Amino acid sequence: MGAIMGEPGTKEPLSLEELQAATSMRTGRKHVLSILVENKSGVLTRIAGLFARRGFNIDTLTVGPTEDEQVSRVTLTVDGALHPIDQVTKQLHKLINVLKIRDLEPADTVSRELALFKVTADGVQRGELMQIAEIFRGKVVDVTKRAIIIEVTGTTEKIEAFETMVRPFGLIEMMRTGEIAISRGRSET
Amino acid sequence: MRAVDALMECLKAEGVDVVFGLPGGANLPTYDALVTGGIRHILVRHEAGGGHAAEGYAKATGKVGVAFATSGPGATNLVTPICDAMMDSVPVVFITGQVRTDLLGTDGFQEADTLGITMPVVKHSVMIQHPQELPRAIHEAFHIARSGRPGPVLVDIPLDLSRAEIDYEPVTDVRLPGYQPRVEGNQKQVRQAAKALAAAQRPVIYAGGGVVNANASQELIDFATSDRFPVTCTLMGLGAFPARLDGGGEIGEPNPQWLGMLGMHGTRSANYAMDEADLICAVGARFDDRITGKLSEFAPRAKFIHIDVDPAEISKNVPAHIPIVGDAKHVLSKLVIEYRALGADPARLDAWWSRINGWKAKYPLTFEETNDAEIKPQFMVKALHEATGGEAIVTSDVGQHQMWAAQHYDFPAPRRWINSGGLGTMGFGLPAAMGAAVGAPERLVCCIAGDGSVQMNAQELATCAQNKIPIKVFIMNNGYLGMVRQWQELFWDRKYSHVEMGEFPDFVKLAEAYGVTGMRFEDKNTLVEDMKRAIAIEGPVLVDVRVTREENTYPMIPAGMAAREMVG
Repeated sequence: MGAIMGEPGTKEPLSLEELQAATSMRTGRKHVLSILVENKSGVLTRIAGLFARRGFNIDTLTVGPTEDEQVSRVTLTVDGALHPIDQVTKQLHKLINVLKIRDLEPADTVSRELALFKVTADGVQRGELMQIAEIFRGKVVDVTKRAIIIEVTGTTEKIEAFETMVRPFGLIEMMRTGEIAISRGRSET
Repeated sequence: MRAVDALMECLKAEGVDVVFGLPGGANLPTYDALVTGGIRHILVRHEAGGGHAAEGYAKATGKVGVAFATSGPGATNLVTPICDAMMDSVPVVFITGQVRTDLLGTDGFQEADTLGITMPVVKHSVMIQHPQELPRAIHEAFHIARSGRPGPVLVDIPLDLSRAEIDYEPVTDVRLPGYQPRVEGNQKQVRQAAKALAAAQRPVIYAGGGVVNANASQELIDFATSDRFPVTCTLMGLGAFPARLDGGGEIGEPNPQWLGMLGMHGTRSANYAMDEADLICAVGARFDDRITGKLSEFAPRAKFIHIDVDPAEISKNVPAHIPIVGDAKHVLSKLVIEYRALGADPARLDAWWSRINGWKAKYPLTFEETNDAEIKPQFMVKALHEATGGEAIVTSDVGQHQMWAAQHYDFPAPRRWINSGGLGTMGFGLPAAMGAAVGAPERLVCCIAGDGSVQMNAQELATCAQNKIPIKVFIMNNGYLGMVRQWQELFWDRKYSHVEMGEFPDFVKLAEAYGVTGMRFEDKNTLVEDMKRAIAIEGPVLVDVRVTREENTYPMIPAGMAAREMVG
């Protein structure tokens, strides 16, 4: 048994004062959780229900297929200022259909969101709007007499910046997909 | 064979020897298969009774309990037992019938969204989509229910799929990629914990239901006695550490290392020790609000080692200094080895023990005796302890009687104390006793019931009578919903609101109507002998024990206050 356990304790002393609690403190930043789930009925309900039950707020949530048809990916963003993220991920791990969770590091992650903006654009405004769209590398996907639809892809921050720019023109509608995120480099997300 | 016939084969392969249930339209095929299925089935009178019986069976035996119910109301009647099993980590597989697949979503007769309704209170659940999936789903359900942190798993089977023909092949491999409980415990962390324990001047071991679930009572004893560690248990952990030393057939002396239960109605010794401790080693316990009281003032001087098989419990309520993910059995057996190797000096605990023994001497669990025949409720528990030699399995309902039973029965071993802790389900005790008696027929099973609680599942007396399940139910009858009355007295200016139960029903007549022996005891002087007489009767017995009406459960940490502020 000893061999399995390894060498039992060394006698170097330990002072209780030095022990630090594993802090489950709030990080204060946005967290992007990338969750691989078994593609089975009710999985999304289980995740959404867990968040509601435990009082966690979901900021955005996207679900889609992956390269493996038996597995789906849920990407959700949570505010780390409001919730202890480790408790969120530990609770998620308890769901049997949840295969893997990654709390993506912002610096090592490429994240994108797609948004469609329907903006009032008659006459002179149209040119200005198209200019702004171009600066944001947006695409004009529809134009009618009185409105224009612009597609923008990018980080949440970029989309929010674009929204600020076009709102004064008369923002009729905005639709956003919520973020998807993928880790940089060779390793899998 | 039909999917339901395969179900019987799967249950047998899982070692199931009994199922508690009630048939209905949507699970007719299952009940047809039961006729020749080779599995004992006990027909209950209400699905909730069946669910709690399965829990009682699981808690008494450590095996997975099984309950059957039909769709709709049958399944919704199981919601309370399912939730109860979730809160107290009880391994039970619930198998419910569902309407035909072509009726799903049409509000068909006796259709309920069982999966949806139970989703927040199950460890896992699944609705069968194809009959061929059934065998694997059943084995997965058992695997999930019993491993890691145990819990309830529900399998919902639509009627048409349950009677469909399948090619049955025994399933021997269960693979769940998203479910791999860690039981071993990190060796480095264990070593760190041992060192912290060796450095501690005022340590306390705080053990919970996880020790019982992991069958780690012996490991807990070995660990506690590897030094002179004081031990306290939660309501769910009682028995994991013996309250008394082995008396060799007689009732033994109090175990000197035992502090009693902690928490809201725990002993002063246990709560004060937690309050002054410099190191608390929590094993299979979850820092529930009934333990901590006011969280910000809980054990303010302590560092925490937290051992739990469920990582989500660690640092959930109280941040752990040394977290160890693993089950109590694996971790404690490693911890003993590591701790012994350190050769810590037991004399360092002398001051701590003299402090604790001071509390023990000054604040024993006590109550004011009566001068006449009146039975004090605490005395009733002590009388049962004496009448049973302390060796019975005791179940309880929820309320004052539950707390008195927990305080005064002095459980000598795990799986002897079966109650509803987390959910606090009134009506749990009688059906749980029934399940325990079926699971452990060699042992005397007594239920200490409340006169309020017992009426919530009294219909199971018929089940006991029909199946000759010899449980002895002792109703602690004070004519009140006693715990609520106590709170109204203490915290609501004694303004009693709907807690008076009156003289109803006549429990002796009720027992007789159910075909059960009914008795009534009112004299404390003969109580022990009367109880022995009740226990000696063959078959189920229901005893109405009349106790002091307005007795309060003390000591008590009022809700939201700190251990220091115990009253009574």
